[in-house]
Amino acid sequence: MENDLNLKATELRLGLPGSDEPERQMIPRPNKRTLSDIVSEGSRSTTEEDHQDTAPPAKLQIVGWPPVRSYRKNCLQGKKDEVEGGTGMYVKVSVDGAPYLRKIDLKVYRSYPQLLLALENMFKLTIGAYSEREGYNGSDYAPTYEDRDGDWMLVGDVPWEMFISSCKRLRIMKGSEARGLGCV
Amino acid sequence: MAYSFPDEVLEHVFSFIQSDKDRNAVSLVCKSWYEIERWCRRKVFIGNCYAVSPRMVIRRFPEVRSIKLKGKPHFADFNLVPDGWGGYVLPWIAEMAGAYPWLEEIRLKRMVVTDESLELIAKSFKNFKVLVLFSCEGFSTDGLAAIAASCKNLRELDLRESEVDDLSGHWLAHFPETCTSLVSLNISCLRSDEVSFSALERLVGRCPNLRSLRLNRAVTLDKIANILRRAPQLVDFGTGYYAAELQPDVFSNLAGAFSSCKELKSLSGFWDVVPAYLPALYSICPRLTSLNLSYATIQSPDLIKLVSHCPRLQRLLVLDYVEDSGLEELASSCKDLQELRVFPSDPFGAEPNVSLTEQGLVAVSLGCPKLRSVLYFCRRMSNAALVTIAQNRPNLTRFRLCIIEPKTPDYLTLEPLDVGFGAIVEHCKDLSRLSLSGLLTDHVFEYIGTYGKKLEMLSVAFAGDSDLGLHHVLSGCESLRKLEIRDCPFGDKALLANAAKLETMRSLWMSSCAVSFGACKLLGQKMPKLNVEVIDETEPPDSRPESCPVDKLYIYRSVAGPRFDMPPFVWTMDEAVRILH
Repeated sequence: MENDLNLKATELRLGLPGSDEPERQMIPRPNKRTLSDIVSEGSRSTTEEDHQDTAPPAKLQIVGWPPVRSYRKNCLQGKKDEVEGGTGMYVKVSVDGAPYLRKIDLKVYRSYPQLLLALENMFKLTIGAYSEREGYNGSDYAPTYEDRDGDWMLVGDVPWEMFISSCKRLRIMKGSEARGLGCV
Repeated sequence: MAYSFPDEVLEHVFSFIQSDKDRNAVSLVCKSWYEIERWCRRKVFIGNCYAVSPRMVIRRFPEVRSIKLKGKPHFADFNLVPDGWGGYVLPWIAEMAGAYPWLEEIRLKRMVVTDESLELIAKSFKNFKVLVLFSCEGFSTDGLAAIAASCKNLRELDLRESEVDDLSGHWLAHFPETCTSLVSLNISCLRSDEVSFSALERLVGRCPNLRSLRLNRAVTLDKIANILRRAPQLVDFGTGYYAAELQPDVFSNLAGAFSSCKELKSLSGFWDVVPAYLPALYSICPRLTSLNLSYATIQSPDLIKLVSHCPRLQRLLVLDYVEDSGLEELASSCKDLQELRVFPSDPFGAEPNVSLTEQGLVAVSLGCPKLRSVLYFCRRMSNAALVTIAQNRPNLTRFRLCIIEPKTPDYLTLEPLDVGFGAIVEHCKDLSRLSLSGLLTDHVFEYIGTYGKKLEMLSVAFAGDSDLGLHHVLSGCESLRKLEIRDCPFGDKALLANAAKLETMRSLWMSSCAVSFGACKLLGQKMPKLNVEVIDETEPPDSRPESCPVDKLYIYRSVAGPRFDMPPFVWTMDEAVRILH
């Protein structure tokens, strides 16, 4: 047992992404950026070695660190009117028939297909294809979300950026209930 | 035996014994004392709702009037415990509904409370008086409406820091006109901008015993004066929004209302503060013992002005906008200070946005002789500063330091902060709670194991080099009850070597460490009185080799056996249950 501890996998290092990272996967962080993103933001052109000597310009976020409760973060967040960065955008996801809810970070995804795939994996169900006319008709499940006004909307109708900024929570409805949502 | 008192006499004597520890001691004296004591125990505190089952509690203590339960581990506060993990209160309420019809008080912390639970409470307990939901979630204002409507003698409704599904502000109107018994109402966590203000005003006006009232952000500044005038007997007040355009009549109305509150000792709230309105508080500042400005984004000069008016301050919560200069002022003005908490205004910023360093804390440690409890977020620290703090303040009982960047060394010497924290545990002999941060090797744990004899709770992150670190703590800290560790290279050896220790503690949390699945199974097998739970959201731990480290591990002692409400991502190491899972 001791020999197989595989310490390398759990070795904690704060290196730049892409630089011999430990294999163990951390929970996706909202501010994940590739090295080229970071370098292109800098005002001087630098090599990877240079970056390792100076403080990294972008902060890699670790889940639950620093240990500040979410309601505190939300208070400050609102006041600073920050658009990017910060704590990630965790929303609750409920699935009809499931006894408990999950939470996902919307900022990790870049598009609807990515989000839907993640939901399908997380809940082991099929959502199927979206169409403007029919919504998710024909699928077992239909993803819906509650927007800022408190209305329940079908996921996919509005541009992704607009969705991200207005989505408060998600609910994956059983296909039979969702029928008719897509047809205007 | 010839000299034993009649039961009633013993019961009367026992009624003066309130502390759980003493009651537990009494019950161990002999069988008859055990029997008498269990029939007259009125208050039960259960630090881990899974350590015992409701039925076991009810069987032993049939006449309980007050219960306090805690659910999720502390690290749930920082999103390390996935949603759906557990901590449901409904099974407890359901059992107590039948067994304790005269239950008066329920206090919960980090538990999942549904509207159904609240409705059941409202229906089942005719003499219900106190409901405290501290950092709870899962319920909405509908559940609150049920409580408000049914509990005729409600004295306390405290929702501090809970997450409430705010469906409608009208729940307040469900308090009947006949309800005049409120002593404490804390709705500060309600987020919606809706609150039935007229219902609130009327409620406040008809409760002459109201001592503590904490409003939420929906209550605007101009409304505060109205509330205060209806409740000049308040001892503790939480404002709503403390921001508005400066208008002289609003200001003088507010100042007048505050000055009429002769008993007011504690203030909080202050979401969004306009500094120009702070002087309205000056009349009560000399009496203030507790001030929570931790949501107030006001700058140091305004904070200094306010604090300098509060010489009796015992407890201050503030953002790091206070800066070193503000803390120096605090140190010279507030000689009664016992507790200080400084929160970060920009926890995720890469660069410091304020001039708050270790100097501020050193100043307070020097100037405030009664300082006992510290929570401090900062960006740099030195061993020298920590040693100074330890020497200045050996009376510290709680010391939680969070240096924002993990593994930050002493900024002067670039060495680990082992010696500094070592000084803290060495000098502060009554230290019961400690949170570590910064660059730390196994040495700091050696100090902790050697000196931390009264330490009950220890929080560790990104620290240590090897199993030796964990071993020092588990073998040395005699009073340890709760240990929570994240991102440290601690593995199987220390855990297995100190397995027996775990039965003397309430719980151990380890996440992103190096404990293997095999070790977890072994522990689960060998220690039947421990529940060893592995949390993994990505895949079952036995789909990988046994030597692979588990993602998260939560071990707690229990007389109830493995729990049955585990979600799919929690695996118990109890052999029998695992096979069925």
